[in-house]
Amino acid sequence: MTPSIRSGPRRRNVAGALGGWLWLAVTLLPVYYIVVTSLRPQDDYHTENPLSLPSNPTLAAYGRVLDAGFLGYFANSVVVTTAAVAGTLAVSLMAAYVVVRGRTRFAQRVFRLVLLGIAIPIQATVVPVYYLIVQMGLYDTLAALVLPSIAFAIPLTVLILVNFLRDVPEDLFASMRMDGASEWRILWSLALPMTRPALVTVGVYDALTVWNGFLFPLVLTQSQSTRVLPMSLWVFEGSFSVDVPGLLAAVVLSVLPVAAVYVVARRQLVAGLTAGFGR
Amino acid sequence: MAAPALLVFGLFALVPLAGVVLLSFTSWDGLGTPRWSGADNWMRAAGDPVTRNAVWLTVKLTVLSYLFQAPVSLLLGVYTASRSRHREALAVLYFLPLLFSSAAVALTFKGLLDPNFGLGAALNVPALTRDWLGDADLALGVVVFVIGWCFIPFHTLLYQAGVRQIPASLYESARIDGAGPLAQFTHITLPQLKYTFVTSSTLMLVGSLTYFDLIFVLTAGGPGDATRILPLDMYLTGFRSYDMGKASVVGVVLVAVGLALALGLNRMSGANRMESRQEGA
Repeated sequence: MTPSIRSGPRRRNVAGALGGWLWLAVTLLPVYYIVVTSLRPQDDYHTENPLSLPSNPTLAAYGRVLDAGFLGYFANSVVVTTAAVAGTLAVSLMAAYVVVRGRTRFAQRVFRLVLLGIAIPIQATVVPVYYLIVQMGLYDTLAALVLPSIAFAIPLTVLILVNFLRDVPEDLFASMRMDGASEWRILWSLALPMTRPALVTVGVYDALTVWNGFLFPLVLTQSQSTRVLPMSLWVFEGSFSVDVPGLLAAVVLSVLPVAAVYVVARRQLVAGLTAGFGR
Repeated sequence: MAAPALLVFGLFALVPLAGVVLLSFTSWDGLGTPRWSGADNWMRAAGDPVTRNAVWLTVKLTVLSYLFQAPVSLLLGVYTASRSRHREALAVLYFLPLLFSSAAVALTFKGLLDPNFGLGAALNVPALTRDWLGDADLALGVVVFVIGWCFIPFHTLLYQAGVRQIPASLYESARIDGAGPLAQFTHITLPQLKYTFVTSSTLMLVGSLTYFDLIFVLTAGGPGDATRILPLDMYLTGFRSYDMGKASVVGVVLVAVGLALALGLNRMSGANRMESRQEGA
């Protein structure tokens, strides 16, 4: 990597390095603890040093978690997350297009209103959301998780897409319009491909949020058939109360898919996230 | 074309926003039909020591977690913004906590902080062998720390990106003028990070009003009511005591505080969110 001219002052920074490595330890210790403990036999949990490597490493804890219906909860999480992210991206892209291209006062007003959603701790509205879901007959269905998740993801998603779309050169839109393309056509063949990096980023971010969401599943679902991963961890805690290795194996299993996505999409995720928030 | 987004957002965000205000004036057990009850819920909430304690705890948690997160994120962000390879690797690892759900984080720390089989036992340090989550004096501090563990990575990332957008020419001319690292930090880095600071602070402060799931799984508001902050108070009042009207009062308070915080910070910064950030960088 060539040294960049943007790198600022380049001298030894002892305090910074110390703090940096200290925080690394703070970050990694719990991660290490989860992995090590999940590989420990249940009996050894009470006798071995919690931070030592397991003397008899075993995958038994993972087996117990899988036997407890983990894959079903996993499938629910996949369905809810996929549906929520697809829905969020579709409606947000259309909305962002209107905000950027519409240039009407109305569109701008509406945009401001939607942005309030970022500022308001919208979890505070969970009681009326519960009421609505019950009234709509959706209580204890996966749809009950998808719809509010889309609504709550819209503000940030629209904001990031708007910031991105704004920087697409005006000429491109103008020339397509000259050729007689409809708004839908422009959205599909210009806005969509141009915003693809932003869509991936914000899609991954939304997916993380929905995948890890806890409040909606807690309030809007009930039965085992609609249980998603974070809820399953909480339920495992009740039923696995004496099985900490099992519990932490479940934690590892719930993180693995997210970690895989992170490994693949890290650069884009980080770049897009920070661009979306601006400075 | 904006209609689908407005429909979903309107139905599941704006309508509930109005709904929570309405419901705060009704009596509803979560099953039957809400009945108008005037200001009763508000009076009861105002007179309830548990709710008042929740307000106080929320303020405390917001302030403490901000004081913990903001400086650490800023320093880590500035530190990792340099294009040195090991610092970039550090930033990659710092990101890890963001992958965990709050439930997962809470369960992990419950294990680590276990007085018998946790960190204290591992290191054999008597001072660490305490009932961290069972002691009312310690629990809130633990919560603040765990929240920091979860969210500092995200804010570090914001600051890192913010620093990288500062034009190098500013540092070069400062160096020519003989400014040392500290002067550069206070006179260039900090002022240039103004918008990052506002964005990050808004998210931190508003975010602390929503730390529900983490605390719910970590302490369930306990021991006693030692960590029963407003969102927990709302949930427990509504979905455990089936007093949805009073829970809605708490919801309204949360919305009002969040809105005030966000508007205040936005005004303070003068940041106009309608402009492209590419201009005048």
